[in-house]
Amino acid sequence: MSKLLTVSPSPHNYGKDTIKSLMYGVLIALIPTTVVSLYFFGLGALIVILTSVFSALIFEYLITKYILKKEPSLLDGSAIITGLLLAFNVPSNLPIIIIIIGALVAIGVAKMSFGGLGNNPFNPALVGRVFLLISFPVQMTSWPVPVQSRMQYLDAVTGATPLGLMKEGLRNGEPVSDLMTQIPNNMQMFIGNMGGSLGEVAGIAILLGLVWMLYKKVITWHIPVSMIGTIIILTGIFWLINPDKYADPVFHVLTGGVLLGAVFMATDYVTSPMTTKGMLIFGTGIGLLTVVIRLFGAYPEGVSFAILIMNAFVPLINIYVKPKRFGEVIKNG
Amino acid sequence: MLKTFSRGGVHPPENKLSAVQTIEQLALPKMVTIPISQHIGAPSTPIVKKNDLVKVGQIIAKSSGFVSANIHSSVSGKVIKIDSVMDSSGYKKQSIIIQVDGDEWEESINRDPQLIKEINLSSEEIIKKVGDAGIVGLGGATFPSQVKLSVPKGMTAEILIINGVECEPYLTADHRLMLEKGDELMVGTKILMKALNVSKAVIGIENNKRDAIEHLTSLSSNYEGITIQALKVQYPQGGEKQLIKAVINREVPSGGLPIAVGAVVHNVGTAYAVYEAIQKNKPLFERIVTVTGKSVKNPANYLARVGTSLTELIEASGGLPEDTGKVISGGPMMGKALNTIDIPMTKGTSGVLIIPVGESRRGVVQDCIRCAKCVSVCPMGLEPYLLMTVSEQQNYERTESERAMDCIECGSCSYTCPSNRPLLDYIRLGKAEVGAIIRSRKA
Repeated sequence: MSKLLTVSPSPHNYGKDTIKSLMYGVLIALIPTTVVSLYFFGLGALIVILTSVFSALIFEYLITKYILKKEPSLLDGSAIITGLLLAFNVPSNLPIIIIIIGALVAIGVAKMSFGGLGNNPFNPALVGRVFLLISFPVQMTSWPVPVQSRMQYLDAVTGATPLGLMKEGLRNGEPVSDLMTQIPNNMQMFIGNMGGSLGEVAGIAILLGLVWMLYKKVITWHIPVSMIGTIIILTGIFWLINPDKYADPVFHVLTGGVLLGAVFMATDYVTSPMTTKGMLIFGTGIGLLTVVIRLFGAYPEGVSFAILIMNAFVPLINIYVKPKRFGEVIKNG
Repeated sequence: MLKTFSRGGVHPPENKLSAVQTIEQLALPKMVTIPISQHIGAPSTPIVKKNDLVKVGQIIAKSSGFVSANIHSSVSGKVIKIDSVMDSSGYKKQSIIIQVDGDEWEESINRDPQLIKEINLSSEEIIKKVGDAGIVGLGGATFPSQVKLSVPKGMTAEILIINGVECEPYLTADHRLMLEKGDELMVGTKILMKALNVSKAVIGIENNKRDAIEHLTSLSSNYEGITIQALKVQYPQGGEKQLIKAVINREVPSGGLPIAVGAVVHNVGTAYAVYEAIQKNKPLFERIVTVTGKSVKNPANYLARVGTSLTELIEASGGLPEDTGKVISGGPMMGKALNTIDIPMTKGTSGVLIIPVGESRRGVVQDCIRCAKCVSVCPMGLEPYLLMTVSEQQNYERTESERAMDCIECGSCSYTCPSNRPLLDYIRLGKAEVGAIIRSRKA
């Protein structure tokens, strides 16, 4: 008997999930949204996506290697996701240099300064987006018109987003019913034929991604359902009270970043709670804050802020919200 | 409708390679090494000495306390020494080494295979005899069975649950037993029911063993009070608490025993051993062992004598494969990795699993990405990522308050972690420390 055997504590077999497989699960789910954004915003979308993804990868590589002095793991997919999501959260006529700045903030500040994947408290892509929104408000709120601007980039014809139109109109005292005639119908909005950030427009593509991620068990239903559900209920209440002053729930769900946020941003593993109960609280909180900002705040859109604010609550939620322990019911009851 | 437990759980590949191999009697070894501590509790006290002649089934070490068990010789021959020998735990244990000579059984053992259905002993007599026969839980925990049958004062058993789940991948010993010794198992169950004074017993079997479910269901019409419950395949359903939850939908309170919810759980192997002890007067000195693995030439289920070297079991299945990386005593989820195959099988050895080199190393540990998968798979409703962190920080107060002691060490968290984090390793460390703290508090 001279054979050397490996000894380790149990378990001795391991599941197939790896960081890479989970991240690629998300990337596959992002394909439909990418395709739709290319269809509606063409050249601009292509330039924005490529710039964002490549700069995210380059910053991740440089920072990991030369500042953190670790072996860069570019292919785990997380930097690609951050790059892609940042691109999805900006208009398709954003100048290249601004995108690069956004990627630097997202990867360098929001992710790597905390120690890299797994350690960042805030969603990197959203930090990048909000940084740009505050620093470059003009460029970040000029929205190319879909289809029409396909072959254009910086010179794209721009228009307002449905949410922007609504906010502006309501401020001028116009009733919702009049404003509704100026925006695309629900079907057009569902397939993505409206102004907006390049990844947020197509509800149907995002929902396809959601179905895939649920099927592959990359994420669970708790965050998207609680977030969207809260938005539907709250905006529904206001709409029922005064349909002239408040738009209907379907409008609120299909416009802006609600679906993109609920499916791809709020579900980010690193910055969301660890228990299902916690996830429900987190999703509900985002829904609530989004509605408050949209209906009563200065900005027409509030998903990014709502998610970032709730990100800050995640450590607290993790401390106070515990899973239901086995055997607890009987002991206490 | 298939039942299952409600919280957590994983689905490792089943790999039941030896499921169709009938139970084979393993050839008698030339020598056996019988450790005096094969059970949970106090080691037994040897009552033979060097050069004594023993028969098959003769008692050679006596139970040394309430939680302890008798040990019987599995062979006939001469005691050549009593010495410290390493067993599957990796520690040296006192063992009785016997040189085999012939196969002469104690005359009191009835070797006629004829089924005896009638149960003549009273409840107390059954419990005593189960203790005398040295029967321990054969699912792997090796808890002395007579202790589990002695219901504490003030508590009553309402239901007996027989564990035929065998949720560990690869292992098939219980599966074969249910198929080949169905009637004996049923009578054994009736005996346990009588001992516990309950009128209801449920045999829980996972749905990946359809043939066993059908076979036992057809037999059950002859045995009043016994029903068969098919269960949805989900690891760790064979865990006592999970099985009770699955079958009668009750949760054993944290820190409590199954009897707190009126249930007593015994493994199918134990029920069979009880049948043999009560009806045939045969103490526990042999058991069914699965020898398996993807690279093993002939995966098989052996009826083997306690004390047989694992080397002989592996030889019988075609020898240790060239690409062996790990040898596991038990299944891949909770079994023990051995550093040599030159150790004896014991009452608790349910299987010998051989894992090729390619599958025996762990992946590189990466940072936690907080995917929450460990929390969602934990069958006890714990937060493994957090327990690992607080245990790693040696914050044992928090380790305790986060209920590390509830952990059943099923390994679902480590199994599922995409970052290959050694979750269970650290939780075990934390449990050991917390356990010591709790004991010193009581003292």
